[in-house]
Amino acid sequence: MEQPALIPHLFRTEFSKITAVLCRAFGIAHMELAEDIAGETFLTALETWPYKGVPDNPTAWLYVVAKNKAKNYLQRNQHFAEKIARQLKEASRENEMADINLSDENIADSQLQMLFAICHPAIPKEAQIGLALRILCGFGITEIADAFLTSKDVINKRLLRAKEKLREEKAVMAFPGPAAINGRLDTVLTTLYLLFNEGYYSESQDAVIREDLCLEAMRLTYLLIENELTNQPMVKALFALMCFHASRFEARKTANGEIILYQDQDETLWNDELIARGARFLHEASQGERLSRYHLEATIAYWNTQKEDTAEKWDHILQLYNRLLQLAYSPVAALNRTYALSKVKGKEVAIAEAEKLQLTRNHYYFVLLGELYTGIDNNKAVQYLEQALGLAVTLTDKRTIEQKIAGLR
Amino acid sequence: MDEFMLIFRHEDGNKVASPEQIQVWMKQTMDWIGGIAAQNKFSGGNGLAFEGSKVVKHNSVVTNGPFGEIKETIGGYVIVKAGSVEEAVEFAKGCPVLQGDGNSVEVRKLVKGDGVH
Repeated sequence: MEQPALIPHLFRTEFSKITAVLCRAFGIAHMELAEDIAGETFLTALETWPYKGVPDNPTAWLYVVAKNKAKNYLQRNQHFAEKIARQLKEASRENEMADINLSDENIADSQLQMLFAICHPAIPKEAQIGLALRILCGFGITEIADAFLTSKDVINKRLLRAKEKLREEKAVMAFPGPAAINGRLDTVLTTLYLLFNEGYYSESQDAVIREDLCLEAMRLTYLLIENELTNQPMVKALFALMCFHASRFEARKTANGEIILYQDQDETLWNDELIARGARFLHEASQGERLSRYHLEATIAYWNTQKEDTAEKWDHILQLYNRLLQLAYSPVAALNRTYALSKVKGKEVAIAEAEKLQLTRNHYYFVLLGELYTGIDNNKAVQYLEQALGLAVTLTDKRTIEQKIAGLR
Repeated sequence: MDEFMLIFRHEDGNKVASPEQIQVWMKQTMDWIGGIAAQNKFSGGNGLAFEGSKVVKHNSVVTNGPFGEIKETIGGYVIVKAGSVEEAVEFAKGCPVLQGDGNSVEVRKLVKGDGVH
């Protein structure tokens, strides 16, 4: 019997598509109704398939059932149907009636519009990511809670508030006009970037979820590339960045989920195909006027796919961080820039600059100082690493720091 | 936190640097700015081209460039965030422009427009 594996797989891929299309038809204010109908569709599958067998084309079957359920609902709730028809006429001139169209094209459009709707400036970033995971990636509440290392309750509340906010703000599912699209695209890309990072740096023990988060972020970014309106250099740069990072999936964690540091990774495990794909998109991203943080970060990630420690490599990385920090400051970038500086100008110069950063609540700051003092003053290095240990929260970070201390003693 | 403009004054704007010199100077400037940005204290800045510069005077008299008549020319500026003028001065001390004999960096606080400054 295939069902146990088939249904979760279909749920992951089709739930979000059905929800997006229904939401487009009903209006985003009725997101919960769309989710309910999509959910009931799967329930019907679960009730039917074990007895009648899995249909030849399960996806098509799901679409037909979802469509029928939506139509039934509208028939049973004439009042609601009229309200929706009115709203739709106000919201978009194209859709005359709540047309539930599950063609590939409409699915892609609906998902993109949903992405733009969810990335609403009035909704906190964390909630945007949560909503994207639920509505666009078909993640269960438990999985989202696991990825954020929090409880189901917290996630449920967060999503509920975000949906209320969308209603209050009267968000609509439509592409922003040409003038507004760039501003909105920035928010969308930030959310996708954070979604990817959530998976890449997640402390969740579930390796499958971690990778799925990254792959979903890549899939949604690719949706933007496939659409003429949003296929912009900045989007390609972000996709390239994701490809370069994803190329190290296999190499960066042990079977137990422990992080393997970059310099200790087995580069034969790096995925050449993804590196080549990243390089292609980075090349394509170089057209256009605007240099975004994603261009800079993708180029840094590209240099990191060259394992050999050449002067040229570190020189480029340093200059890229110099520019990145002017465009988008972050403590991580400041620390990485200082590490690159040590590779170009030596540890003494980097120590002087590192001490100016004063990121004294960040354990990576002390890890960096420990690293820089190693070989210059090992006692000092140990002191800094112990400070780092005191500030580190996650088990993985603590273990890595302990290993460094042990190596110095 | 206040903002300060660091204005680069070159003693002789006519001096032509070699491409190699320009390359070295550019990198040094980028590293200097990168160091300020790494402390999240960089607000902006730009170089000012010497080529094609004009001076407009009283009665709409336009002359080529400020060179010749004025000894010093402005080569560029950056704006930094600093808690005090002393801190801004510390940033200015690292400016690669100062490697040139006779060059200077002027440190000026930006007026906030809050009625006090």
